Amino acid sequence: MHSPPTFTPPLDDEGFDLWIEAGHAEKHYWLDLWHYRELFFILAWRDVAVRYKQTVAGTAWALVQPFLSMVIMTVIFSRVAGLPSIGDAPYAIMVFAALLPWQFFSNALSTSGQSVVANRDMISKVYFPRIIVPAGSVLVSLVDFLVSLVILAALMLWFRFPPIWNLAALPVFMVLGAASALGAGLVLTALTVQYRDFRILVPFIVQFGMYVSPVAYSSELVREKLGPGLFSIYALNPLVFVIEGFRWCILGGELRLLEPPMLVSFAVSFLLLAAGIAYFRKTERSFADVI
Amino acid sequence: MEGDVVIRVEGLSKKYLLGQRAGSAGGLRHAIEDTISAPYRWAKGVVSGAEALRARPEEFWALQDVTFDVRRGEVVGIIGRNGAGKSTLLKLLSRITEPTKGRIGLKGRVASLLEVGTGFHPELSGRENVFLNGAILGMRQAEVRQKFDEIVAFAGVEQFLDTPVKRYSSGMYVRLAFAVAAHLEPEILIVDEVLAVGDSEFQKKCLDKMREVTDGGRTVLFVSHNLSAVAALCGRAIYLKSGKMAMSGESGPVISRYQGDVLRPGVEPVSNPAFRSGSGTHRIQEIRPAREEFPPRRPLEFEATIRRHSPEGPFHISMHFRDEWDVEVFAINTEYLEGGSLQPGDQEVTVRIESPWLPPGDYRADAYLHHNGIIDQWSDACRFRIGAGVAVKGYSSASGTNAGKALADFSVQIRRAGETS
Repeated sequence: MHSPPTFTPPLDDEGFDLWIEAGHAEKHYWLDLWHYRELFFILAWRDVAVRYKQTVAGTAWALVQPFLSMVIMTVIFSRVAGLPSIGDAPYAIMVFAALLPWQFFSNALSTSGQSVVANRDMISKVYFPRIIVPAGSVLVSLVDFLVSLVILAALMLWFRFPPIWNLAALPVFMVLGAASALGAGLVLTALTVQYRDFRILVPFIVQFGMYVSPVAYSSELVREKLGPGLFSIYALNPLVFVIEGFRWCILGGELRLLEPPMLVSFAVSFLLLAAGIAYFRKTERSFADVI
Repeated sequence: MEGDVVIRVEGLSKKYLLGQRAGSAGGLRHAIEDTISAPYRWAKGVVSGAEALRARPEEFWALQDVTFDVRRGEVVGIIGRNGAGKSTLLKLLSRITEPTKGRIGLKGRVASLLEVGTGFHPELSGRENVFLNGAILGMRQAEVRQKFDEIVAFAGVEQFLDTPVKRYSSGMYVRLAFAVAAHLEPEILIVDEVLAVGDSEFQKKCLDKMREVTDGGRTVLFVSHNLSAVAALCGRAIYLKSGKMAMSGESGPVISRYQGDVLRPGVEPVSNPAFRSGSGTHRIQEIRPAREEFPPRRPLEFEATIRRHSPEGPFHISMHFRDEWDVEVFAINTEYLEGGSLQPGDQEVTVRIESPWLPPGDYRADAYLHHNGIIDQWSDACRFRIGAGVAVKGYSSASGTNAGKALADFSVQIRRAGETS
């Protein structure tokens, strides 16, 4: 088969709103994204709305689910992990302070990692900025997180554990957690489109992530055992900063966030997001061909 | 109508890598292996056949150097056989996939309708799906809200708005899905053959809506196998043949040229399921007439082999029968037939048509699997002939060929003047 004759496109735009070309970065990528902002919320709404359809308990599940997992984790952690207490915080609250960001992150990562393949009917039939799909999954996890926050509030009331001013900084750590989850989720979802192997790998990645994140233990413990040098490597995990931040917001205590290892952790969150967006944008143009 | 150019397609080409597209060469292990072993293979200079195939998946130009302009208000039909590149062209125009070479210029808001009901969620109610589908098609929520009553009235599902669409009949489902799409108000509308499902009354409604859209001065690109619809709706047509533009111009001559090509004997229909449209949960692997030539007025039998690709069902089969002029003579659809539902799984299906009134001639059948949308669409799935050898009551074997589109079972009563009956 001989190749088609070469063609030299004219230089001016001739008043067309949009030129679709090979390997040509979208000029209006972010503008387009803005135009489709409603779809972002609607997809998230769909995923939430669909979850409790045709269940007897209905939306009550939204509260029962995280509550049950909190009870299980508290029992396991207090018996097995032997987490040292920080100040006079009740054990359940201490566990919950680390579980909240971890569950948000792991949910967001695994659902966004599967999201594009799960919505392949849409991807192969309609155009919209593809990034909306994984971002919508992160938003759904954020909704779950907010529900869990309600349980935390109830727990604090129950144990008469007053909130502290540090709590005002919680959104900052939330944003960091969301950025890391979206960044990693974008890479994973783009990889899953091409290589379904990642469908199987992601649960393992998430499991592994729990062990290298200070969920069941305190990062201070790691610092003591490894020394400051190796700790910097450990802190490459962006969740170290996020989870310790959560503990600090809810439980108080000493904050060593501004030390270099923690700043590395902080920076990695945004690097991950930037890399995720870059990789996703590079691959998304061929999604419909390979999905 | 002399408007300015709103769609400019220049040297457009699209290449697919066949292995990759089918998903067989896309395994991660292969990618890693290939990367690692590439220098080794190069050094050894030994490439076995299988490895060579894996390293260089077969290239397939779905579209090659297509160039055309569409002016504002024009209605352009795109015709061609299956696999000629029509769907690829639409996917490129609607930005679902990216061209390999060339470029497309667009002016104004584009809406593309490659399928009805994209993104419909079975668990959500009709009302919820209208908003969801609207957003997926690029409508603002305020816009959907404003047109909501109109959409619902068009679909005729007022009573079932709060019922999950999984409980809808497939007719209701398609009507609602089309209603949302029909109320998009784009400057450029790109439509694939989405009118193939639904009852005839609704199909007419859809065509009327299309006409309304085109009368409103909007630009429409319409892909169809239904040549009479193209002739009726489109002033211009583009004929694609094996990914290249075979002819473009006034729809009349382009359609005749296409008809001439299609009827040329010895052209094998494209049957590779990978190039057929539809959701693909099941595919018709083969459909063959019980004999190549049926005598007139005798039952027609077709054997279909259906392969399961994902366990979703039940679904239905329909067949549309076309004569030599590509006019649809009749169609059958098991959806409205008692016991006509097919369950998921590999299976053989025999379709028997008891007393067809087809005059002698060559016929082609399009076959579809569908359920709330198209699962498999196979145009020109099989061909057969009604022989002229056997005479039918009231026709000589020769006169049958000039008897119109259908034979009639007729009789006469003759009363001569002056006699009483």
